[in-house]
Amino acid sequence: MEQLIFKPKSRWREFFGEKLISVNAFVALIAILLIFVFIFKEAIPIFVDDYVKEDASLDKMVFKQQYYEGREAKWSWQPNSEVPKFSLWPLFIGTLKASLVAMLFAVPLGVGAAIYCSEFASRRIREIIKPAIEMLAAIPSVVLGFFALMVLATALQNTLGLTFRLNAINAGIALGLAVIPIVFTVAEDAMTSVPHSLRDAATALGANPWQVSLTTVLPAAIPGISAGVVLGFGRAVGETMIVLMASGNAAIVSASFLDSVRTFSATIAAELAEVVFGDTHYHVLFMIGSLLFVFTFLINLGGDIVLTRLKERLQGKAT
Amino acid sequence: MSAPSNTDSMKVLSVTTAVSDELQPDIKSKMIVENLNFSYGSVQALFDISMKIRRNRVTALIGPSGCGKSTFLRVLNRMNETIPGTSMEGTVLLDGRNIYEDFDDPSAIRTRVGMVFQKSNPFPKSIFDNVAYGLRVNGIKNKQLIHQVVEQSLRQAALWEEVKDKLDNSAFMLSGGQQQRLCIARALAIRPEVILMDEPASALDPISTAKIEDLIGELRKQYTIVIVTHNMQQAARVSDHTGFFYEGRLIEYGPTKQIFTRPARKKTEDYVTGRFG
Amino acid sequence: MKTIELQPNTNSLEVVGHLKFGRKRRGFIPRGLTFLAVLIILLMLAVIIGNIVIGGIGTISWEFLTHPPEQGMEAGGVFPAIFGTVALVILMVIAVIPIGVFTAIYLQEYTSPKSRITRLIRIAINNLAGVPSIVFGLFGLGFFIAFVGGGLDLLFYPEEGPVWGQPAIIWASLTLALLTLPVVIISTEEALRMIPRELREASYALGGTKLQTIWRIIIPQATPGILTGSILAVSRGAGEVAPIMFTGAAYYLPYLPTKLNDQFMELGYHVYVMATQSPDIEATKPLLYGTVLVLLLLTFSLNSVAILIRSRMRRSRVSAQ
Repeated sequence: MEQLIFKPKSRWREFFGEKLISVNAFVALIAILLIFVFIFKEAIPIFVDDYVKEDASLDKMVFKQQYYEGREAKWSWQPNSEVPKFSLWPLFIGTLKASLVAMLFAVPLGVGAAIYCSEFASRRIREIIKPAIEMLAAIPSVVLGFFALMVLATALQNTLGLTFRLNAINAGIALGLAVIPIVFTVAEDAMTSVPHSLRDAATALGANPWQVSLTTVLPAAIPGISAGVVLGFGRAVGETMIVLMASGNAAIVSASFLDSVRTFSATIAAELAEVVFGDTHYHVLFMIGSLLFVFTFLINLGGDIVLTRLKERLQGKAT
Repeated sequence: MSAPSNTDSMKVLSVTTAVSDELQPDIKSKMIVENLNFSYGSVQALFDISMKIRRNRVTALIGPSGCGKSTFLRVLNRMNETIPGTSMEGTVLLDGRNIYEDFDDPSAIRTRVGMVFQKSNPFPKSIFDNVAYGLRVNGIKNKQLIHQVVEQSLRQAALWEEVKDKLDNSAFMLSGGQQQRLCIARALAIRPEVILMDEPASALDPISTAKIEDLIGELRKQYTIVIVTHNMQQAARVSDHTGFFYEGRLIEYGPTKQIFTRPARKKTEDYVTGRFG
Repeated sequence: MKTIELQPNTNSLEVVGHLKFGRKRRGFIPRGLTFLAVLIILLMLAVIIGNIVIGGIGTISWEFLTHPPEQGMEAGGVFPAIFGTVALVILMVIAVIPIGVFTAIYLQEYTSPKSRITRLIRIAINNLAGVPSIVFGLFGLGFFIAFVGGGLDLLFYPEEGPVWGQPAIIWASLTLALLTLPVVIISTEEALRMIPRELREASYALGGTKLQTIWRIIIPQATPGILTGSILAVSRGAGEVAPIMFTGAAYYLPYLPTKLNDQFMELGYHVYVMATQSPDIEATKPLLYGTVLVLLLLTFSLNSVAILIRSRMRRSRVSAQ
């Protein structure tokens, strides 16, 4: 047999290979930090810059303001008027209304479908439902916005006899369509990760399938279902294109869900293109972006922790 | 930076024999393990093991499952280093050189101490590429040489006649026994000096097992073989020396005949006569 | 001892032994209600898709796909938007795949899942997936355009107007790359987890180094997962509008983007513009529906391919065991 001569392996290649791989792994981490830094950086002048504070100090954004002599104090978002008005209340209320409708619509459907899928459906039906939900999730939000604007709004107006075509209900339902897949996926995952031994124990005691679900599966999966709801809410608040197209975008302070609404996210989308770089309005929009970022960050972190703990507990990994 | 290659090994051997008789106390031993302790995290798996593995002989390691025989086998080619959280103390010498201290690169050890696993684990590549893999990762680019070595290795593993016309087929198209012989051919291709076999026939039918055992009989002429097995008949059939492991300790080690006919320890006798395990 | 005969499947109020079993709640009502939820979801999905298909199918023609918009978007086609979308996602994929794949490899092959750094990176990935897309748009504007692009201009083109410090396809695609990074990472990780440990060991035992094992065994084995992740990322990226509306997408452009710092037209943005800014919505409607249908077909076909690859991958794993 002839001799084989093996080259000694290059340690440099190994070293640089590992470095290249690990550097990439930090991109996600750095990206989150950079997003944090670059969004907040532009929001800071609201707290420190006197020129910006003149129109958009914290109390001007939160409390009722008397903008004109002799008129009633009110909350108002009119950044481009002669007297710029930067009250966040109308936007907050608008966001809340649209998201509330979305949740009222999406939670029963999403959780209901998840329960059906994990507790009742045969394997074959499950293999229809799951791809269908994935399809729903794959519809671009601009398409859902388009549908709400062109079709749903008219249908709602005609059946309910509404004054405004575009309103919180219309936007909320379309938003709900985007939220359903999240609620469904997380809830269904939580229920199917309930170990079989738990079900078997209950079944062995003579419980029928639904009793098993009600007494063992659902209670065990409740944290997961709630996490799905919370994550869905995060999505509803952050979603932009749907509300931008379907809500009417009027910044109104009212309790009626039949009025048009303007949400935080839609405000950024609608106004950022027109603002002057470095202007008060510009900083206020970044401030709104910061709020959205912090809000969704907390929601995701919370949801994440709940889900990790739940899985650990159900799979008996917790110590 | 220079990792020793196969061609260096004889030189290394002669140098070390000349310099230090202590490190190379007897020329009959291919590998020498001294005072080896090994832990997975906080769980100690091997306790103070010392053992000399004879050159060009088949050494069988037997014992009940969980006794540490596979762990010990994997210490011999630094395979355990790929599992995070393990720790080891003691010396393992290959031709007088400490494989844990005298080599920076564990992959250089593994080209000299090859391994065949319990479950046949061919790569999802063609039969040819499976055997050529070891050559390629060790920097051999000469296509003619690769072809030559692949053929030789497959012949040595008694697989050539069965696969010579379908070298480009996926390795998964072979039967279980053929796959395991392919894995042996793959290990042979890099011309190791020692071959470690971790229950190589445990997942195979009796006919395939017999083929593997015949193969081991052939290979002992050129290689030093260490085989872990739970099958006592197999150990008795194929090996020259046998070590009996129990609860992480090497209870008894000696010529196979002696271990199976008149073991010195009661524990060994109980095990080989089938009273436990 | 008395034997008690249980008859779990009868509804009768028989007295069996000395125990009385009442009618069991068998869950007809919850079953019906939850099934109703499923039906409503499926129905809405069908209505949306049906409406768009019926509204758009008549518009789609070779002409429509290959011509630019004309007469203030009331005639012509959507070719520049298709071209822009494809160019955008290609650039995005070039950026996101290496980063995503390497991240997944680092997490699965180089670190233990319990290490602090792994947990931190994982939290970052999960949160990145949850950041609202409009915030990515803000970030693209503040970081890529103002900071990176503006910085490049300051360094290399101090005399000219903005060269890089303006909305451009490169900034839009990089913004989208960050947005889709979690998709690629998660999908690749799933594929890596499916690769049996024995394959890695076989490579090490033949003298392969870690890097060689990753390059020659692990990455080829993970290809279906990487592919799935990339396709899902493309599908997601092709449908996102909020992140690109300030970072590079244009209402209308008379030319196609040819340089990295050109602006571009994009299908989703085109839909938004036509639906909300058109002076005569009835005249635009057929084209609008056609554009939506093109966008929907694009994302759906990409998703179906990804799901198909993924289910094959999972099935082959199951049968290998």
